[in-house]
Amino acid sequence: MTGTAAEADMTRDVRLLDCHFDPAAQIAAFSAVHRAAGGIASFIGQVRAGDEVEVLELQHYAPLTLPGMEALAADALLRWPLEGLLIVHRTGLLAPGDPIVLVAAAARHRRDAFAAAEFAMDHLKSESWFWKREKAGGIWRWIEPRTQDFADLRRWA
Amino acid sequence: MAIRLVFLGRLEDAAGAVERLVTVTGSLAAIMAALDPDLVEVLSGERIKLALNGTMVSDRSGLVLEDGDELAFLPPVSGG
Repeated sequence: MTGTAAEADMTRDVRLLDCHFDPAAQIAAFSAVHRAAGGIASFIGQVRAGDEVEVLELQHYAPLTLPGMEALAADALLRWPLEGLLIVHRTGLLAPGDPIVLVAAAARHRRDAFAAAEFAMDHLKSESWFWKREKAGGIWRWIEPRTQDFADLRRWA
Repeated sequence: MAIRLVFLGRLEDAAGAVERLVTVTGSLAAIMAALDPDLVEVLSGERIKLALNGTMVSDRSGLVLEDGDELAFLPPVSGG
């Protein structure tokens, strides 16, 4: 393995999970690895409780989803000087309150960490290969992307 | 001789299944001709993207499908 590839393995951690995860434990492990970072910005997306939603399902397409997330992480690492970038995204069935997505960016300076985490989230929302449906009142309904999600994405063009 | 069609997201409801094998090869039009017209109309929507064996399709008219290929129909995404 070349030095560059080894470095890339250290900085980029992208995962697709089909079972529950603990965002706090993931952030703690990520911080422990990136001790040179002066700041870590993280975002956790979770299933809203109280919307009468009983279950949420996230579908993915294996040939595209994880490769797309890897490409997104690589793009973020080119745009900002980061010590590390962590992207964790759930698939399968989720209950209200369950974490769906975790993004954490470690950088020497906070602005790079905030910007990279926001960039990754905006792209995960409206460009990554996931389809979401929710069950409320016993009826499943597919969720369409919101206009706001596309507006958020255009900020980075 | 078969092509695997994959229907993601809400397209699964329109197709009645996530996957379907069709024993037609050749152009996209030839594949579509083997499907229910109502489903074809949904799949032909301008917001539906296509992936052949994990690679996005940019030129639909030039598509040639062979035995063993997997063609996925991808509606607008909603992640995060």
